[in-house]
Amino acid sequence: MIRLSNINKTFRVAKRKSGFGNAVKALFSREYEKIRALQDVSFTINDGEMVGYIGPNGAGKSTTIKIMCGILTPDSGECDINGSNPWKQRLRHVRDIGVVFGQRSQLWWDVPVIDSFDLIRDIYKIDENLYRRNLDEMIALLDLSEILKTPTRSLSLGQRMRCEIAASLLHSPKILFLDEPTIGLDAVSKIAVRGFIKKINAEHKTTVILTTHDMQDIEALTERILLIGKGRILLDGSLTELLKRSSANKILVVDYNGNVPSLNEHMSLVEQKDGQISVTFDPVELSVSNAIAHISAQVEVLDVSVSGISAEQMVAALYEEYRI
Amino acid sequence: MVRLYLKYFAINIKSQMQYKTAFFLHLFGRIMLSFATVAGVWFMFLRFNRVEGFTLNQVLLCTAVTMMSYSITEVFARGFDIFPRLLGNGEFDRYLVRPRGVIYQVIATHMEFGRLGVFIQAVIVFCYAIPNSGIVWSPDKILTLFLMIICGAAVFSGLYIIFASFSFFTVEGLEFMNILTHGGKEFGRYPYAIYGEGILKFLTFIIPLALFQYYPLLYLIERESSPLYILTPLLSMFFLVPCYVFWKIGLRHYKSTGS
Repeated sequence: MIRLSNINKTFRVAKRKSGFGNAVKALFSREYEKIRALQDVSFTINDGEMVGYIGPNGAGKSTTIKIMCGILTPDSGECDINGSNPWKQRLRHVRDIGVVFGQRSQLWWDVPVIDSFDLIRDIYKIDENLYRRNLDEMIALLDLSEILKTPTRSLSLGQRMRCEIAASLLHSPKILFLDEPTIGLDAVSKIAVRGFIKKINAEHKTTVILTTHDMQDIEALTERILLIGKGRILLDGSLTELLKRSSANKILVVDYNGNVPSLNEHMSLVEQKDGQISVTFDPVELSVSNAIAHISAQVEVLDVSVSGISAEQMVAALYEEYRI
Repeated sequence: MVRLYLKYFAINIKSQMQYKTAFFLHLFGRIMLSFATVAGVWFMFLRFNRVEGFTLNQVLLCTAVTMMSYSITEVFARGFDIFPRLLGNGEFDRYLVRPRGVIYQVIATHMEFGRLGVFIQAVIVFCYAIPNSGIVWSPDKILTLFLMIICGAAVFSGLYIIFASFSFFTVEGLEFMNILTHGGKEFGRYPYAIYGEGILKFLTFIIPLALFQYYPLLYLIERESSPLYILTPLLSMFFLVPCYVFWKIGLRHYKSTGS
C-alpha cells in the first residue's frame, strides 16, 4: 500500500536576468525564488491498483514520483510504501519497486540487451529460477526473442521501451512507476506496451502508477485518475465517472448529400465542412434518434457517428476549469 | 559484491571493445602524452644532474609512482570525473533506485580502459628506474613501493570524490579542482619537496599527496631509515574520511533539491 500524507516540497530557484551587468552581479549575490512544487499532497493507493497520474508540464508529477522512489526528500509530510519510508529506508524500499523513466535508458548502450538483464539480475540478487521465469514471461509477452541479442543502440524506440519495461520488472517488484512510458512511440508499440502493462497488473497484482500526457493510455489502462496542478491534488476519482459527468453532451457527425441542413433549437454547430456537419446537443433535451431524424429529413444521409467527448477533451476541460 | 564488480568489469570491457579503433587510438594517445611528461624530466636532467639532491633515476621512480597512481584513479574512479554528466542525464537517479551502494555503482558503472595508456607508460618507466636506481629491493622496500602506488590512487580518488561532491551544488567553476588533480599529477613528476616548504606542508597536512610520494621515497633511497616511513602512505588514507563527509553532504543536498 502507498500512503502519502501532507507532502510539501519547495524548490529554491536562482533568478536570472538577462544582460552582462546582471550576469556579473549574479556572481556575487543571487536572488532566489521559492517555487512550491508540492503542497499538502495526500493520497492512498491500494495493492494491485492502476492509477493514472495526470497534470500539465511542471505540475509536480515527476517530483511526486521522485519522492515515492526515494530520489527526493520532501520538506515535510509522511510517506509509507509497503511499510518503508522511501528516503529513510532506501535499500529496503527500492527492492520492491520498478521504475521506468520514458526518456532515459537503464540499458547499456553498446552491449546486447540480455547482458544488461543479466547484470540487473546480479544487482538485485534475483533467484535464478525466478529470473528465468520472469525473463521467459517477458520474452513471450513483449516479443523480445528477436531483439535480446541486439545492442541497445541498434534498437528502435519502441523495441527499446519494451526492453526498458522488461528490465524494470525482472525482480518482480510490487509497485511499478511508469513515467511517460509511451512517449514518442508509434501506434503499434503503444498498443503493445499498454496491453503488457494491463496483463502484468492483472496477473501479478502489480500496483501501477502511470504518468502520461497521452489520454489514450489513461483510457486504455486506468480506472482511477489523480489530477495534479500547481502542486496540489485537484481531483481523485474514477475515469468513467468523470467522463459521464462531463460528457453529458453528445457529438453527432453526419456525412450528407444536398444543401446545408438547418439545426433546431437544441443543437449547436461544432463544425461545418464540405458535405459533413458536426453538431452537439444534450441528450436529455433531444434524443439521439430525433437528432438524426431531424437532419435526415432535410438531406440524404451517407454516414453517421455519435460520440461523447473524449478523455483528451475532458482533461483539457479540467485544466481549463482549474486554471492550470 | 566482488563477483558483481567483476560482472561490471566484463560489461565495461565488452562495451569499449565495440569501438576497437577508437580504443587503441585513445590508448596510444595517452601513452604519447605521458611520454612527454617523462621526457620533460629527462631533459631537465640533461642540464642539471641533481634536483634538490635527487638523481635522475630517483626522480623517475617518483614520476612513475605518481603516474601509475593517477592512471589507476582515471581508469577505476572515472565515474566521479564525469559526475556532472551522470547528474545531468539522470543516470544518478537510476543508482538511487537500485538496492546497492551509490558510491559502489558510480565506480563500477564507469571504467575507462583507454586511460590505461598512462599506466603502461608508468610500467615502462618502472622497468628502467627500478633496476637503475641503485636501490636494494628488499621486501620492506617492495612493500613501500606497493603502498605508495595504492595509497596514491586512494588520494587521487578522494580528490575526484570532492570534485563530484561539489557538482551536487554547482557545475560552474569546478575547474579549480583541476589544480589539485591534474596539477597534483603534473607536479608529482618530482618529489613534492622541491616546490618549497609551504607547499610541502600543504601537501602533507591538507591534501596529503606528499604522504604517498615524498616521505616514503626518502625511505626507498635510504635518506631516512626509520621504518615509520614505510607507513606514511597509509596515513594519507585518512584523507578519505573528509572526502566521504563531503560526499554525504552533497548527496543530502541533491536529495533535497533534485538538481
